[in-house]
Amino acid sequence: MNLIQNVDWAALAPPLVTAVAAVVVLVADLFLPAGRKAALAWVTVGGLALALAALAPLWNDDRTTFCLADDPGLCSYSADRFALLVQLLVLGGALLAALLTVPELRGAGEGDRDGLPGGEFWFLLLSSASGAALLPAARDLATLVIALEVTTLPAYALVGLRRGSATGPEAALKFFLSSVTATAVGLLGVSFVYAGAGSLFLSEIAAELPEAAPQLATLAKAGVALTLVGFVFKVAAVPFHFWVPETYQGAPLPVAGYLSVVGKTAGLAGLALVTTGAFPGHGNVWGPPLAVLAGLTMTVGNVAALRVAADGAHSAVRLLAWSSVGQAGYLLVPLAAAGFVEDGGAARDAVGTALAYALMYGAVNLGAFAVLALVVHDRRGTPPAGRRVADFRGLFAERPLAALALAFFLLCLAGLPPGVIGLFAKVAVFRSAVDAGLGVLAVVMALNVAVALVYYLRWTALLFQPAQDPGREPGRPTFAVSTAIALAASVALVLSGAPQLILTFTGGGL
Amino acid sequence: MITLSESVQQALLVAALALPLVGALAALLPAPPGLRGAGGPDRDVLRHGVTVTGVVLVATVVLALAFDHDRPGAVQAETDVAWVPAWDVRFHLGVDGISLPLLVLTALLTFLAALYSYVRPPTGEGRPGPRAFVALLLLLETGMLATFAVLDLVLFFLAFETVLVPMYFLIARWGNGSGAERAAAAWKFVLYTVLGSVLMLLGLLLVGVRAGTFDMVALAEAQGSGLTRTTQILAVLAIGFGLAVKTPMWPLHSWLPDAHTAAPTVGSVLLAGVLLKMGTYGLVRIALPVAPEGMRFFAPYLGAFAVVGIIYGSLACLALVRAGAGGDLKRLIAYSSVGHMGFVLLGVATMTHSGVNGALFAGVAHGLITGLLFFLVGAVKERTGSTDIDALAGAAGAGLYGRAPRLGGLLAFAAVASLGLPGLAGFWGELLAMLGAFHPADGLSRPAFLTYLAVAALGTLLTAAYLLLVVRRICMGPVPAAAPVPAGSSAAASDAEARPAPPALPALPDLRGHEYAAFAPLVALTVLAGLWPAVLLHLTDPAVQLLLPGVVR
Repeated sequence: MNLIQNVDWAALAPPLVTAVAAVVVLVADLFLPAGRKAALAWVTVGGLALALAALAPLWNDDRTTFCLADDPGLCSYSADRFALLVQLLVLGGALLAALLTVPELRGAGEGDRDGLPGGEFWFLLLSSASGAALLPAARDLATLVIALEVTTLPAYALVGLRRGSATGPEAALKFFLSSVTATAVGLLGVSFVYAGAGSLFLSEIAAELPEAAPQLATLAKAGVALTLVGFVFKVAAVPFHFWVPETYQGAPLPVAGYLSVVGKTAGLAGLALVTTGAFPGHGNVWGPPLAVLAGLTMTVGNVAALRVAADGAHSAVRLLAWSSVGQAGYLLVPLAAAGFVEDGGAARDAVGTALAYALMYGAVNLGAFAVLALVVHDRRGTPPAGRRVADFRGLFAERPLAALALAFFLLCLAGLPPGVIGLFAKVAVFRSAVDAGLGVLAVVMALNVAVALVYYLRWTALLFQPAQDPGREPGRPTFAVSTAIALAASVALVLSGAPQLILTFTGGGL
Repeated sequence: MITLSESVQQALLVAALALPLVGALAALLPAPPGLRGAGGPDRDVLRHGVTVTGVVLVATVVLALAFDHDRPGAVQAETDVAWVPAWDVRFHLGVDGISLPLLVLTALLTFLAALYSYVRPPTGEGRPGPRAFVALLLLLETGMLATFAVLDLVLFFLAFETVLVPMYFLIARWGNGSGAERAAAAWKFVLYTVLGSVLMLLGLLLVGVRAGTFDMVALAEAQGSGLTRTTQILAVLAIGFGLAVKTPMWPLHSWLPDAHTAAPTVGSVLLAGVLLKMGTYGLVRIALPVAPEGMRFFAPYLGAFAVVGIIYGSLACLALVRAGAGGDLKRLIAYSSVGHMGFVLLGVATMTHSGVNGALFAGVAHGLITGLLFFLVGAVKERTGSTDIDALAGAAGAGLYGRAPRLGGLLAFAAVASLGLPGLAGFWGELLAMLGAFHPADGLSRPAFLTYLAVAALGTLLTAAYLLLVVRRICMGPVPAAAPVPAGSSAAASDAEARPAPPALPALPDLRGHEYAAFAPLVALTVLAGLWPAVLLHLTDPAVQLLLPGVVR
């Protein structure tokens, strides 16, 4: 038996660089004088940028590492196209979230008790991002579950991190308790699956589980269903969505943006790996429930978002929270469709569709959060502090570019031109549903798209109304937030002009 | 008439689509120093709108002149570039005899709308400046032109959706009435249309996925071979629903009267003149050739809904025009559109050459005449401050003939054209549609269509009745020497566009120079199409014959 493994460090670089950066930030925080702590932000941003750069050399070949010494076909880590795309999305999302945090931290250095503690924040963010980057490359259930927990454990702390916040700890506790329950259920499912298949490697499970002894068949099916629970929670699908609005509202704004994109993508990637990777033969077990969950999730999310009053406290954050639940429903549609198609190629295209949608959603949703951060920054000092939808009235008169960018992001989320890429992503999801014969789900989604349009367009229309108090001068936008908005907007614009860049994954490009 | 090489024609068509889009972006930027005129940036941006739409109009007219009239059935000025290879979605543009008239009509109406806005800027209390107005108008033009020029199902959907956001803002921001009314009308418009169009998308995807291509030319040639009967029926149901909302077909029309009442003049002109045509164009261009079996299944129902719409629209107009009903003139024209589009739908439902040609003809005629009518109502409203028929008619008739004879005469002309007087554009389309119903395509129930024909004929009578009543109540009547101001003063006060009416003598200024400029092309084309229908039918007929192979009538 060969005990020596060769580790392909280059393939491992994206999560590894992030993890190293996390440790560097944590240690540096101890030694830096208080006045220089701002440098940590740029260490974080630099680390994430480096991790993103590490994706480039891996792009065109499927590398694997941590393979069994006596069976090189079975590997725990695979940097294939799917993994790289999800890593691109989560690292990019973490980068944008980090940029949004820079102005929030500025108050902390000046003895502001309400601010975020910088060093801890950056460490937790980077740890969570490294888990999210590891997750899509994991090819056995143990690594997968560990990666999922590495992604979410720091997130609980991130949610409750703000000192002096009344809602933060409660939100964190809510998030933690429901998440841990879901994880426990998921682990139970994993153990059932292990009992049935005798292996933790996804490809082994795919081959062995349908062949399991007949008396274990029920156990195997129960295992499949329970394993899904753990992942569905992270996507915030109904009925595991209750934590979302409170958590987003209580969390610092960038963290809410981070959870809505990175947390969701990690859950989605895990779900895709488990369903199409480990249980392709059990499509009849997970396909129909996922389809029902998708329909319920989008309906609940959109109806709740519709009922958010524009001038209620925190309405902008609550609206984005509910809209992210609705969007999670759309994201689940292609995964559900993957359970209904016969051949592996079509299932792969369905996963690609979910990824394409997630890429679009990640860019524009973080863009929307970035503009929100800008407005909150502008309105700091006034009591509601810009977290209401009503605070966006007349933004166009005040900050034309930011207003145009937000209008574009919202129209992308709604899927209306000029948000072309949002429209194409929706078309892709519809296509996968029609392809799989899920006509009813497609019609439910069509109705939901119309409902969602109401609140997105209502917000968009508000931006262009006459300003509330025209005399107010907007402050200078912070460089980091402007960069984040510009990045998100340019991604969305480029994709609108060349949708092929992400749509290629929906048609055999994955 | 003129000969241009294929590549020049291609460039013209692409330019006609790209220019408004670029122009819309440019409108948001400050004007470059060389283009700054007297009157400040507001005038500059309005002039920019006129220039861009004017250039687009010239491009489409040159395209029409260079169009090879010997083979109008063929797609010309064709551009075909891969856009999204993953789905085989192609950037496929081209014009044939069906789309060319609509393309020119769109460019013309948008240009006239821009011209009208230049002289009468859409400003006032509570309305944003003209910069956004021009940008939205140009974006709207891109979407409208693209709808008629694209030959790919996904692109068609994209273009179809592009018009929504600009039109929503035009109604909600620059419309008439209180803010809440405008907002409600704009919402109704957007929600109805979006609900319809997402269902249409499902139908388009069903066709595209099952047939393996999104190319409209290839799909039309296949004539639904490769699609099962069930697929075709489902596809026509979904696609037809979306298009029927847009057309609008009774009973899905209820967004239209509100939208028209609330929309500003140019919004109404484009809504009635072009946006409604996008629905019928889609039926002729997509539903008819791509899924003929599905269409045959639904044709009798479509015909029934169409004639109900004709009668319903006319009766609604008759109710509105009654003295004391408090009817709104714009609302009346909106309901009359429901009736007129009923004729168009009836023509499509017959699935015959004459019926479909009639539908296309009636569509263009309706665009010209109703565009003219909305411009005229805008002119009346500008002078009197009201569009309320009772307020306009006053106790003894508004007497437009006596007070503003040219305006009154033109209004009567448009009304008479709208009721389908032979010799004007409104006549031929409705006649051909009814002719098609007299002898519908094989496989369709002739007795049913004969019934529809009889009902539609009754509809023409009712149409004539209410339009003549409108003329009588608004144009005729004694000239009141020193009667109270006809304009409802409360309406005038609430409306920002209104100018204070003269206190004693309600003498109205007659047509002005810019109004002549805006109305004359529409009048001329109405007369031309009425006296010489062949100019349009020669274009559409060969293309229609290609869409309906095997049909002899």
